[in-house]
Amino acid sequence: MLEYWNPLMERMPVEELEKMQERKLKNLVNYVYQHSEFYKKRFDDAGVRPEEIQTLDDLKKLPFTYKGDLRDTYPTGMFCVPNEQLVRFHVSSGTTGKPTVVGYTKSDIDGWTTSLARAMTSIGVGRGDIIQVGYGYGLFTGGLGAHYGAEEIGATVLPASSGNTERQIELMQDLNSSIIACTPSYFLFMNEVADKANISIEKDTNLRVGIFGAEPWSEEMRARIEQATGIKAYDIYGTSELSGPLFTECQFQDGIHIWADQFLIEVIDPETGEQLKEGERGELVITTLFKEALPLIRYRIGDITVINKQPCRCGRTHPRIMRVLGRADDMLIIRGINVFPGQIESVLMNIPEVGEHFMIVVDRVNELDVMKVQIEMTDEAFSDKVNDIIILEKKVSSALKSVLNITVKVELVESGTIPRSMGKAKRVTDNRKL
Amino acid sequence: MEDKIIKQISLFAENKPGRLANIASNFRKAGINIRAFTIAEAGDFGIIRMVVDRPDIAHNVLHDAGFTVSETSVLGIEMEDVPGGLGKIADVLGEKNINIDYAYAFVTKTEKALLILRVNNIEVAINVLQGSGIKLIDMADIQQI
Repeated sequence: MLEYWNPLMERMPVEELEKMQERKLKNLVNYVYQHSEFYKKRFDDAGVRPEEIQTLDDLKKLPFTYKGDLRDTYPTGMFCVPNEQLVRFHVSSGTTGKPTVVGYTKSDIDGWTTSLARAMTSIGVGRGDIIQVGYGYGLFTGGLGAHYGAEEIGATVLPASSGNTERQIELMQDLNSSIIACTPSYFLFMNEVADKANISIEKDTNLRVGIFGAEPWSEEMRARIEQATGIKAYDIYGTSELSGPLFTECQFQDGIHIWADQFLIEVIDPETGEQLKEGERGELVITTLFKEALPLIRYRIGDITVINKQPCRCGRTHPRIMRVLGRADDMLIIRGINVFPGQIESVLMNIPEVGEHFMIVVDRVNELDVMKVQIEMTDEAFSDKVNDIIILEKKVSSALKSVLNITVKVELVESGTIPRSMGKAKRVTDNRKL
Repeated sequence: MEDKIIKQISLFAENKPGRLANIASNFRKAGINIRAFTIAEAGDFGIIRMVVDRPDIAHNVLHDAGFTVSETSVLGIEMEDVPGGLGKIADVLGEKNINIDYAYAFVTKTEKALLILRVNNIEVAINVLQGSGIKLIDMADIQQI
């Protein structure tokens, strides 16, 4: 049976939704112009007056906002409310540069929680479910975000956070967790640890659904996880600048629903900045419609995707985006060719002899970029003949070349030697920066 | 015929320091004796092949230590340690179109040479070798060596 958290809102006719967006957009533009020196200057520099924004079509007149803006105004230079109105901070890890700080008012937390409550309900999770939250709690948004959403829908939260994997599995069994929320790579590691202890996730636990995100993962990886553990695996999407994890697919696993009353999405040509039509592939741009502390106008999140505005089979009328295989930040440029780790994952997970763990190593040898992919030898693929192993390496290498258009050296390593992750998986070692 | 098949332990190892020491210390703890041993090296990785006195236990020990390991059926042939011994074996197999995937040899305490062979058709190989009067050894012999 289909369930909705807020049926009226989630099934609202598109025209009504767009009218609501238009009204909220006009309010937002006035709000940021009055409350943020940053936005006032940004609008003035672009020669845009708030009153020029009257319809959704006027959105394209507004200047973009970038991750760099958040770094440049670190820590709270873009905030639209005084600090005493904030109820929480989250801080990004800053692995790709200076960290970014996000502040939340009470209403911001509520909006974030609502988004997750709708999302979790759309995958059939609710009262009676025990949700084991294996995302890290703390400055990272994953743990607390999932926690609040799960409590909102009346589910029982097991706030396990990440790490302490043997105990996670023990609790999963003892407390009958039915839902796991963590990074897909951490779940694979849990499965490996369970396996070693002769525990089958499928037979010996009550787990039925996984809510996986915080790192890009492929359709092929989904098939692997579902097959190995007997659970349904759903993609969850979001980023700390927009609040944290926010959106999931519904039970039909056919694109991620973006709540139109809370966010306005467009897809643009990343080179020219021009808006693209529905169905065209481009860079996702998001405008927040409910946030008070840190609203974002036309934020360039850096993900490449396609928007689908057709109503979903689940009855929801809000637009969907196609699965995101990687953020611009993750993109590698190898001899001038763009490579996303997600593409490599897709190729590898299609080859049955290849296990779930891999590492991409990039070096510069004689002024030339050299990419190597390490994969683990598995019991199933090991044959005792040297030639069989060389054939496997060549098979993987040519599959990668046909998709990426560059030569990739494939190296088989001993099983268990590629580092396992309890949070966001580190899949790339780029030695070129050294 | 089954009893003439020797279970060889094969394992995948990266070509880096300490791998062999790790295997040896696992065997020492489990009290396993290596009878014959070879490494097939191929650049970044190698395959270590061993005949041991208790292959099933060895397999478990290595598997539990995290190695990718398999048991492979091979033949053990006892040869007089004199010129021409190997030639005869190769001739007999070649006549029946049996291919030798790999082979390695060692000398026992009784001054006989022992040849370990992996072939593409082990049943036929056992028949033709025994039919030609060549002595195959079994797991019990391996434990005696």
